[in-house]
Amino acid sequence: MSNLALSDDILLSIDKPARYIGNEVNMVKKDPKAVEVRFAMCFPDVYEIGMSHLGIQILYDMFNRREDIYCERVYSPWLDLDKIMRERDIPLFALESQQPIKEFDFLGITIQYEMCYTNILQILDLSKIPLLSKDREEDSPIVVGGGPCAYNPEPLAPFFDLFYIGEGETVYFELIDVYKENKKRGGTRRDFLAQAAKIEGIYVPSFYDVSYHEDGTISAFVPNHPNAKQKIIKQLVMDISDTYYPDKPLVPFIKATQDRVVLEIQRGCIRGCRFCQAGSVYKPVRERRLDFLKEKAYKMLKNTGHEEISLSSLSSSDYSELEGLIRFLIEEFKGKGVNISLPSLRIDAFSLDVMSKVQDVRKSSLTFAPEAGSQRLRNVINKGLTEEVILKGAKLAFEGGWNRVKLYFMLGLPTETVSDMEGIAELSEKIAELYYQIPKDQRAGKVQVVASTSFFVPKPFTPFQWASMNTKEEFLNKARIVNAKMKEMLNRKSLKYNWHEADVSVLEGLLARGDRKVADTILYAYQSGCIYDAWGESFDNEKWERAIQATNIDMDFYITRERSVDEILPWDFIDTGVTKQFLIREWERAKEELVTPNCRMKCAGCGVARFGGGVCFEDKN
Amino acid sequence: MKIRIKFAKQGSMKFVGHLDIMRYFQKVMRRADVDIAYSEGFSPHQKMSFAAPLGVGLISRGEYFDIEVNSTESSGRMVDRLNAVMVEGMKVISYRLLPETSKNAMSIVAAADYLVRFRGEAKPCSGMEEHFREFMSQDKIEVVKTTKKGESLADIRPMILAYDVTDGFFLKLATGSESNLKPELVMQAFCEYLGVEQKPFSILSERLEIYGKGEDGELIALEDFGENIWES
Repeated sequence: MSNLALSDDILLSIDKPARYIGNEVNMVKKDPKAVEVRFAMCFPDVYEIGMSHLGIQILYDMFNRREDIYCERVYSPWLDLDKIMRERDIPLFALESQQPIKEFDFLGITIQYEMCYTNILQILDLSKIPLLSKDREEDSPIVVGGGPCAYNPEPLAPFFDLFYIGEGETVYFELIDVYKENKKRGGTRRDFLAQAAKIEGIYVPSFYDVSYHEDGTISAFVPNHPNAKQKIIKQLVMDISDTYYPDKPLVPFIKATQDRVVLEIQRGCIRGCRFCQAGSVYKPVRERRLDFLKEKAYKMLKNTGHEEISLSSLSSSDYSELEGLIRFLIEEFKGKGVNISLPSLRIDAFSLDVMSKVQDVRKSSLTFAPEAGSQRLRNVINKGLTEEVILKGAKLAFEGGWNRVKLYFMLGLPTETVSDMEGIAELSEKIAELYYQIPKDQRAGKVQVVASTSFFVPKPFTPFQWASMNTKEEFLNKARIVNAKMKEMLNRKSLKYNWHEADVSVLEGLLARGDRKVADTILYAYQSGCIYDAWGESFDNEKWERAIQATNIDMDFYITRERSVDEILPWDFIDTGVTKQFLIREWERAKEELVTPNCRMKCAGCGVARFGGGVCFEDKN
Repeated sequence: MKIRIKFAKQGSMKFVGHLDIMRYFQKVMRRADVDIAYSEGFSPHQKMSFAAPLGVGLISRGEYFDIEVNSTESSGRMVDRLNAVMVEGMKVISYRLLPETSKNAMSIVAAADYLVRFRGEAKPCSGMEEHFREFMSQDKIEVVKTTKKGESLADIRPMILAYDVTDGFFLKLATGSESNLKPELVMQAFCEYLGVEQKPFSILSERLEIYGKGEDGELIALEDFGENIWES
């Protein structure tokens, strides 16, 4: 048995030592000396979160299919171990070989949310890799960033050697082959970056210079290296039924957040919700074939032994073969002790029927995401869901025995007024009233309607990328307005209202639309002790506020300022396929409260048809 | 059919706790296609029960759990099938058919064997073997036991059923719901007796076997309550 990087006395004195020992079911074992390229795949959060991420499972499988590559995993050590590693000067290690990350060729970090940015610096620091790309030695691993936050890589630009823009299944092997060739030739780190810069989808931040106007906006973003492309085009897989997907996903010993087989049924979304970044950057919708999904479901359940399978996509109800897939799963696996966990489906007769088959009606709740309290504001954000549809779905469900409803909303959306906010309480009330219209002997006790609001954070590559974001005070004031209205409702005892802390949302807003200047703030915050900012127990707003002040960041500039559509935005050099003209058009239509039909109803001409596949070409063969 | 499975837990698997080992074996049953019986109800669960939880940090050559199956192959085939889906450090040792009337493992556990060693430099003194014999010759060995109700003084001497110090500390200790003694507590009492402070994490314990009580009160290894299933 291989030796562990941590001694027994350390492992026995920390929480959940099984986070750090590797050896999980389906872990890939190779001799690190027998491969040419060692790749450390990192999710910069705690093990249970990182192990639940599908993307890493896909890439782990993909890389390890190649004999010349050994892909291993690394996650953020939890706060208890972080402290010990610093005190005792223990370098961060990969789970498989238990060897230091510093010895690897690549460190690939998936960047899934803004609040993990300080954890990225923690990973580099504990690995003893210089935090800044410019300070790295020839033998430091090449630090690669990918994932949704790489669509605005600028606040992280100095910390990464390169960013991979798009889906991981596409150009990674090309990148690794370039690396091998460069190594063979005896080329330097910079030689490699120069070659990598030529690959579509690869962005080398040090090959670009940014200059600013006096008001802080960008005046120019220009390549300073001949190989640096003007535009970085997002890479994506067009045939997702003929690509990498694991048969044998890793199975952790400790309970991960996602302790089940995950079947990704499609990528992208046909609905053009104007606040949604994922819906925009993963366009166009590409569906997986039913036979592909059936085969993967069998293999993954068999090879993991999981007792549950769930479907993953941005909007499962839009998958065209959903009925066939769900029927198959129920018929094939329900009798074998396998739970079928359904994602939030659109509530209609079909979904209620299958939900009543796979879960206990009395214990489950219905979920609606109207996102905004009034039809007017739902039109602004292009959320197709109408009050009529919600009430119809709720009525059906109540008749079927459900009595718990969850509603998700956002506060701080563009053009929002007090009546939109109060609409949240009014819609909740209407749902409760609907329940009490059912004769007493036919309903199951009291109804519970739980409304939750999150605070809207404008994201790059959405029509709201130019929008003004609320301040903390505005957010909390809005939550108070909703709360007060809830208390006025007739059925207030059946209604419950939750809202989030606003500090984190404001910070997320800074990081999401930040430019390179924000990197100093992240570094300062990390060096003053910020890590695990996504975790309430460790998030320290005061330290962040000091970092913002010390690095001269004007929050109004990044948060509340509405951008002009003529401004050069920090992420403009990335081409997601969705044109800027389309985003501008959608921003205008939002202000005019006009709904844009979804991709299947009518093509809105967003631009992604040029990728030559997916929903844009359905029924056109 | 009731089946008793004996397994070893070695190496880095000692850091995986009891609840996670239970979850691990639930998934093993599915990977190995064991025809295990499920309970009735809306969310059926496998009929599986473990003999005695093993603390984090301990390794073992003799852990047990019982399952109920609808059908089975021979013991040899089943051991092979289970071992084909194990991780490093986990190994199935036996798979035996229990009489239909037998009680589940947890309810009959009476004793367990342990082998305790001090790690390299953590030995509290020299000539420990002789000291341990002296320690055991006492009429009473009182230790402070911390329970939910607070601290109380308990005599652990009668719970040490046998010992041997020729190669490490072999201890046969009362185990189970009636009377339960952990090897760490014995070593702690021994260190107190010696008047030396025990360093944290200074011992490594291995459970060797778990016993149940037979009809005449004799100790029988749990696997010996069952019989091998032979190829037909």
